[in-house]
Amino acid sequence: MSQIVNIDQAVFAKRKSTNKIGLILSSFAMVLGMVFLIWILSVLFIKGFSAINLNMFTQSTPAPGTEGGGLANAIVGSLMLILSCTLISTPVGVLAGLYLSEYGDRSRIAGVTRFVTDIMLSAPSIVIGLFVYALFVAQVKHFSGWAGTIALALIAVPVVVRTTENMLRLVPGSLREAAYALGAPKWKVAFMITLRAAQSGIMTGILLALARISGETAPLLFTALNNQFFSTNMNAPMANLPVTIFQFAMSPYDNWVSLAWGASLLITFAVLGLNILARVVFREKVQA
Amino acid sequence: MNSSASLNLSSAKAIRIARKQRIQDFLFHAVTQFFSLLVLFALMGIIVSLFINAGPAFNEFGIGFFFDNEWDIINGKFGGLIAIYGTLLSSVIALVIAVPLSFGIAVFLTEICPGYLKRPLGTAIELLAAVPSIIYGMFGLFVFAPIFGDYIEPALQVTLGKIPFLGILFSGPTNGIGMLCAGLILAMMILPFIASVMRDVFEIVPPVLKESAYGIGCTTWEVVSNIVLPYTKTGVIGGVMLGLGRALGETMAVTFVIGNASRISPSLFAPGSSIASTLANQFGEAEVGLHFSSLFALGLALFFITFVVLALAKWMLIRMEKSQGVKT
Amino acid sequence: MMANMKTMFDLNQIDSQGGSVNVATNGQPIAAKNAIEVRDLNFFYGSFQGLKNINLDIEEGKVTAFIGPSGCGKSTLLRTLNRMYDLYPGQRAEGEINFYGQNILESGQDLNLLRSRIGMVFQKPTPFPMSIYENIAFGVRLYENLSRSEMDERVEWALNKAALWNESKDKLNQSGLSLSGGQQQRLCIARGVAVKPSVILLDEPTSALDPISTGKIEELINELKHEYTIAIVTHNMQQAARVSDYTAYMYLGSLIEYGKTDEIFIKPQRKETEDYITGRFG
Repeated sequence: MSQIVNIDQAVFAKRKSTNKIGLILSSFAMVLGMVFLIWILSVLFIKGFSAINLNMFTQSTPAPGTEGGGLANAIVGSLMLILSCTLISTPVGVLAGLYLSEYGDRSRIAGVTRFVTDIMLSAPSIVIGLFVYALFVAQVKHFSGWAGTIALALIAVPVVVRTTENMLRLVPGSLREAAYALGAPKWKVAFMITLRAAQSGIMTGILLALARISGETAPLLFTALNNQFFSTNMNAPMANLPVTIFQFAMSPYDNWVSLAWGASLLITFAVLGLNILARVVFREKVQA
Repeated sequence: MNSSASLNLSSAKAIRIARKQRIQDFLFHAVTQFFSLLVLFALMGIIVSLFINAGPAFNEFGIGFFFDNEWDIINGKFGGLIAIYGTLLSSVIALVIAVPLSFGIAVFLTEICPGYLKRPLGTAIELLAAVPSIIYGMFGLFVFAPIFGDYIEPALQVTLGKIPFLGILFSGPTNGIGMLCAGLILAMMILPFIASVMRDVFEIVPPVLKESAYGIGCTTWEVVSNIVLPYTKTGVIGGVMLGLGRALGETMAVTFVIGNASRISPSLFAPGSSIASTLANQFGEAEVGLHFSSLFALGLALFFITFVVLALAKWMLIRMEKSQGVKT
Repeated sequence: MMANMKTMFDLNQIDSQGGSVNVATNGQPIAAKNAIEVRDLNFFYGSFQGLKNINLDIEEGKVTAFIGPSGCGKSTLLRTLNRMYDLYPGQRAEGEINFYGQNILESGQDLNLLRSRIGMVFQKPTPFPMSIYENIAFGVRLYENLSRSEMDERVEWALNKAALWNESKDKLNQSGLSLSGGQQQRLCIARGVAVKPSVILLDEPTSALDPISTGKIEELINELKHEYTIAIVTHNMQQAARVSDYTAYMYLGSLIEYGKTDEIFIKPQRKETEDYITGRFG
């Protein structure tokens, strides 16, 4: 004869209500998170769009107290800094990543480098700015776009190294072995087979690094500084969007504050755009 | 004649090719190793340069520098306590708020969210994590702080401010800008980051494990607290510490709203300074000398604190991966 | 003709005549030569011994199959023959493996050259991330400098040898990954054949394929063996019986029995061999 189980209704009810409360709180947290996301982005769009006009792209940053003005010099400056940073950090990062994945199992240097890379990935960017200042700016006694580039590169390289190594490690060993089995030398296996097989993943890493440095302010504060005028001279202080925002935001001038919002919107577009691009590139690889 | 045409390669040519390949492989090894070492040297360079430039401050103030709460630029007396206190307090506030919320978001994304919403919502959270910190600073300064000062702070003051002992935390003028506001903005900043990490970690839990719990009649919440959380606890803690690391080093989000006052106040509503905000505000005009080198000493302190937190986080994450048999 | 063929195959000086199967012009078959002779081979994964005292010959122009239950060391043995294990620290081999008289385990061997003479096809098809044409050209370009038309010829020849030409001649520029599983494996075989090695090692080449593709590849092996020496590892006994001339049965790292396929399958000498073949275990 089967036994009828006596369910303690009180315990069961309590469990059910705990569950309900927990799930409701979690959903609430999600809603809160989305509320903040939407709040921040909508503020950004509203205030930023009101600042966008043709002037923003054609005129340089205005002097204190003068009306109007734009962000042309800052936009060009930021582009130059980002471009030169990419040109430096991509080869350095990819080659270092290659070393870590292809020689990493046998080398102690590799293990230490990997650890160091992780530390630098999350190191405070303002400390990196200090370092570049001490090394490059203090010596030559002037700020420069090159110093800013180096500071940005110090932030971007660890990202590229890490993603490159991870992507290369995902390439199946059998693919490498097949190339070795034909008698290929190691460097050819690495460049023409392994690197090629991982290329979209590595591209993703580079794009993510770009996205990260596009929004960085602190490393530029003491290196590239800022420039009120339009200049493409990398050897002198370089105008750029993030530091411009920093200087303009806390000022008493309305047009400066408005430009700060416009610049914020531009940066956010760039960063989000690069992030989305990186995802699309990566998803294509996974489907291939 | 039944013969296979073998490779038409003279022996001399073969030797030449072999030798060329050996040189190429050697160069490949050397070049990649060089760049790998470059990264290594960069970090060492940072540490060395921090020490060298902070040297004069240490010579003058000794190790007590970190516990001295004076910051007098005019008279040349500097101590790190104000800034360190600000960094730690704002980060702790951020963690206290962000961690439970992140946990809730992670639970939602893994257990409650309907399938078609999972990807877009998850992506939305990740994109939020990518928004540059200066945007949070702008948002904090122009939008959040005023509202905070006009409505929320007074509300806190009349409720929690009345509790004995605890009340002093919520005393003083309600300007919006201040330590609590900085902590909240930081929380908003690290929230998506920690939530993403927690969600990733929760998704590693083998479905079989959860199914066996559901199979004996556990509720969702019980599965999460008794199965998922213990299984992933080292990963969760690692993720939290990574978030802490980011909060500690954050410059722009904090500088805009922390108030930049060189003092320690008991009230959370009062303005203060963090290491990063001090550096951002003062480094540009600091003359070489004690002020300059004290700022470097602050940088060194920040680097050290972040380093310890990150090393711990990494250690915990590796331990969790090891316990699941992932080759590290 | 006999004089043209070197009996010593010195790897440090690759000889254009090395490794070809020959029949004397007077119609009499030459005494069988061994492409590879394994003597007292021991292999270690760290401290674990994977191969114990292996001694066997692989006759040129014939197909030699290695069979045995999982973990018996047959793949390990195959991978010593082209020193593939060298890629991984902690794995080492002791003993002698004579490739046309030259001990390839000696230090100082140029491994890249060796591997161009002893090719390998793996269990999982591994097309390179490039076009079908480039897949084949990659290996050839390593050691030969061919003009465009010569390369076209070689690619066509290799694809024909792998019975893939008709299916791929119109899409040579498409990625190798666009082929089906069986076609990909034939591409890998074509790739291996294109560099004209003396020996081809096949490591469970059909275990990831459907029966029809398997059948096509077994046909391929039967045709290739006229010109190449083939060693094949398979966990499918029937396949070994179908394609091979010689069979080696291995168990727990040791070579239990080795002989002509017909003899092994019909009247094995060792009881262990008989037990495995009749399915009493494994």
